Amino acid sequence: MPNHEPVSRRRNLIQALLGAGFGASFLSFLYPALKFMMPPKVAESAANQVSAGKAADLKPNSARIFRFGSRPAILVRTPEGEWRAFSAVCTHLNCTVQYNDQTHRIWCACHNGQFDLKGKVVGGPPPRPLEEYVVHVQGDEVVVARS
Amino acid sequence: MKLRWMAPIFVMALGLPAQTAKNSCVECHAALEGDLARPAELFANDIHGKNGFSCVACHGGDPSSDDPEVAMSRGRGFLGKIDRRSVPARCARCHSDANLIHRFKPQQRVDQLAQYQTSVHGQRLAAGDVKVANCIDCHSVHDIREVSDPLSPVYPLRLPETCARCHADAAHMQGYRIPTDQFEKYRKSVHWEALAQRGDLSAPNCATCHGNHGAAPPGVASVAMVCGSCHVVFENLFVKSPHKKAFDNMGLAGCVVCHSNHDVEKPTLALVGVQPGAVCLNCHAKGDKGYEAAMQMRSRLEQLAASLGRSDDILKMAESSGMEVSEARLGLGTANESLVKAEVDLHSFDPAMVDGAVAKGLEVAQSSYRAGQKALEERDYRRKGLALSLVTIVVTMAGLWLAVRELDNRRKKSS
Amino acid sequence: MLRRALNWLADRAGVDSIRSFLAHKTVPIHSATIWYYFGGITLFLFVIQVLTGMLLLLYYRPTPNEAFETVQFIITRVQFGWLVRSVHSWSGNLMVLSAMIHMFSVFFLRSYRQPRELIWLSGMVLLFLTLMFGFSGYLLPWNTLAFFATKVGTDMAGLVPVAGSFLRRFLRGGDEVTGATLTRFFGFHVAVLPGLTTLLLLFHLALVQKWGMSSRQRSGEPVSTMPFFPNFVLRELIAWYGALGVLGTLAALFPWELGTKADPFASAPAGIRPEWYFLAVFYTLKLIPSKVLFMDGEVVGIVVFGLAAAGWMLIPFWDRQPEEAEQHRLLTGVGAFVIAYLVVFSVLGYWR
Repeated sequence: MPNHEPVSRRRNLIQALLGAGFGASFLSFLYPALKFMMPPKVAESAANQVSAGKAADLKPNSARIFRFGSRPAILVRTPEGEWRAFSAVCTHLNCTVQYNDQTHRIWCACHNGQFDLKGKVVGGPPPRPLEEYVVHVQGDEVVVARS
Repeated sequence: MKLRWMAPIFVMALGLPAQTAKNSCVECHAALEGDLARPAELFANDIHGKNGFSCVACHGGDPSSDDPEVAMSRGRGFLGKIDRRSVPARCARCHSDANLIHRFKPQQRVDQLAQYQTSVHGQRLAAGDVKVANCIDCHSVHDIREVSDPLSPVYPLRLPETCARCHADAAHMQGYRIPTDQFEKYRKSVHWEALAQRGDLSAPNCATCHGNHGAAPPGVASVAMVCGSCHVVFENLFVKSPHKKAFDNMGLAGCVVCHSNHDVEKPTLALVGVQPGAVCLNCHAKGDKGYEAAMQMRSRLEQLAASLGRSDDILKMAESSGMEVSEARLGLGTANESLVKAEVDLHSFDPAMVDGAVAKGLEVAQSSYRAGQKALEERDYRRKGLALSLVTIVVTMAGLWLAVRELDNRRKKSS
Repeated sequence: MLRRALNWLADRAGVDSIRSFLAHKTVPIHSATIWYYFGGITLFLFVIQVLTGMLLLLYYRPTPNEAFETVQFIITRVQFGWLVRSVHSWSGNLMVLSAMIHMFSVFFLRSYRQPRELIWLSGMVLLFLTLMFGFSGYLLPWNTLAFFATKVGTDMAGLVPVAGSFLRRFLRGGDEVTGATLTRFFGFHVAVLPGLTTLLLLFHLALVQKWGMSSRQRSGEPVSTMPFFPNFVLRELIAWYGALGVLGTLAALFPWELGTKADPFASAPAGIRPEWYFLAVFYTLKLIPSKVLFMDGEVVGIVVFGLAAAGWMLIPFWDRQPEEAEQHRLLTGVGAFVIAYLVVFSVLGYWR
């Protein structure tokens, strides 16, 4: 009889340990899995197309830089109101290009590379034209896609 | 196709012997040996041959006769080997004739001879120096190819070597009192790297700065113009800077004073400042305004570069522990660009202007640094989570092990 | 009330028969008992693969334009996405490893002998399916290394005599590795292979229950055993938890790299190599001279590998001795040679 006491206490300890262990480890697997299933803040991966903002925010003869995948891109609204989008990475030394509303050209400030509004090189050192993207205006949203 | 068919007619209209079905020049010369056979072999690749011209267009003679005495008689207009002095004029008979040339290439220029006559080569040739380059020295002869043909000696990638055939040859250049190390130096330059390593055909080769047919060294006054034809921003800044006037007064030639000419190496921050090796020290000394400005600009640029380096380091650390920091990398890219811009603005030699670009870059570099820090914090958070779940795992394993032992003990007792 | 509900459930579900089955099932105890755990570990890792795979399916899209980006999205934007993806990759690799350990332990313990030939055969097919899981899953992130490794891998399939060019076209879904290959590999990876594997796994396990575990019993020696439940199961649970700890540590400290997006038009980067479990074969094929006698060297290599694999698979039919007889020295030697070969050539393939 006296030696039954420690045995059952021991058994209780083991059971408690096991219960706690199972419970805690189960929770530590369940928690990440449930979190994983929650939709993330950004619902879509910016793979092939990306929203470049509101159409109303961009007046004719202006442009905006936005992120496309892992690189910058430029959305241009021509003086005539047309939408164009290009990779904003200058083909010379990878600076980010900008729009010049005086000359109506895309311009790289680093070494004065000049591109026309079709992405073609019209001046300066860039060896290749800018990659062009396709622009769709869906309602008020401008969506840019790889062609 | 049409043009090719018509070519002989134009040639005839010029009074040149037309290509006929028979070409005894090639027939005989191909059968000969050594130097006498080579032109016949080479001519197969010649752009002129492909356009319907044959030997007689340059050399005269009568290719319809099999008798060498007749075919190569002075009476039939045979000229033999063209004298070096008369080569340019010989080529120009066609190449200066817009009517003829434009039948084959509507955009082709026809002022090569005029340009050549203004060049150092042309002027020396006119003065009787036959060692200088004429048309065939650069374009080769008998296998003349279009400039756009990668095998042409004047194709952008091959042009520097072509010039160097004479200009790097000390024996050949003896007596002209100009250096022969231009090619060697050029091959250390960013321009050569862009051309040869990156294959960027728009990168400058010899002719881009010196001209091709009108080859002449740009003078002191025009160096900034030459460089500025590509590096416009730099030229604009330089022209407005205090250096412009100072250099003009001292008879110094703009850009090359600091960047040198043929060996334009990738400029680093080491060029600017007041430490040994900095070009500013060539003119400025302690106490003058330029010295102060150089010191100031250098320290600001260095500050940005160091800040960029720190951000880069922390992002690298985050990346190597598996964190995704592509967004911060994108930001760091724009900060790098600020450094590039600041280095451009440096050419105004106005510290305030450099400051503007640097300040912008510092801001972005710091925000990417913070992003890197956050990524590292996230990494630590993950490790803590791992430690926690490892603890629960170990506890469970211990519990299981104790349970197993107990079971075994009970079994031993009962058996 | 609760008790009654539980009793009802136990009665209708036939828990009693399961319980009595478990009570009678025993596991032999001897110096090599430890190897018995690896089958269970492989099973455990398979379950992990199914669970994490299901999670990944919530976000992954199998098109060349989106595959890479969605995986990137999973590991950057989705909460714990990095963990789930990393666990899936690591667990896949550990599963191949533990399946191989399981196979070699069965080989050296001679557990394949009659009447367990079918267990060995189905196990071999399961190992093959596992390798196919790895091969097809490797491509799914659509990164540069995977793209070119798949190119090389399917090229090797193309060397198989007679059926080669068909096989290559079938695997690639065309003449080249393209988006069509990705779609197809995705289908294999999440539907065809899991289905086949589950069926075969049930068959494999049912046969293990039918014939019991091979006891490695020598004639005359008494066999000590332990009850399968709970003694062995608890031990197996310890092993699973151990595996889980290793897996979690690997996944958290060495997150599986994503690399750069595949560009089908780029030239192959240097250092293309397949997953580690194909390295030995890959490296051997690289070593074989281009012509062996009058035949194409690589074809010879593929044929020899095929024959060797078939011979290995049919071992229960070569070795027809009774269960308790010692293993033939020659077979032990063959096993040792195969392990040495795999290790040495994998290491060489990795470093060269």
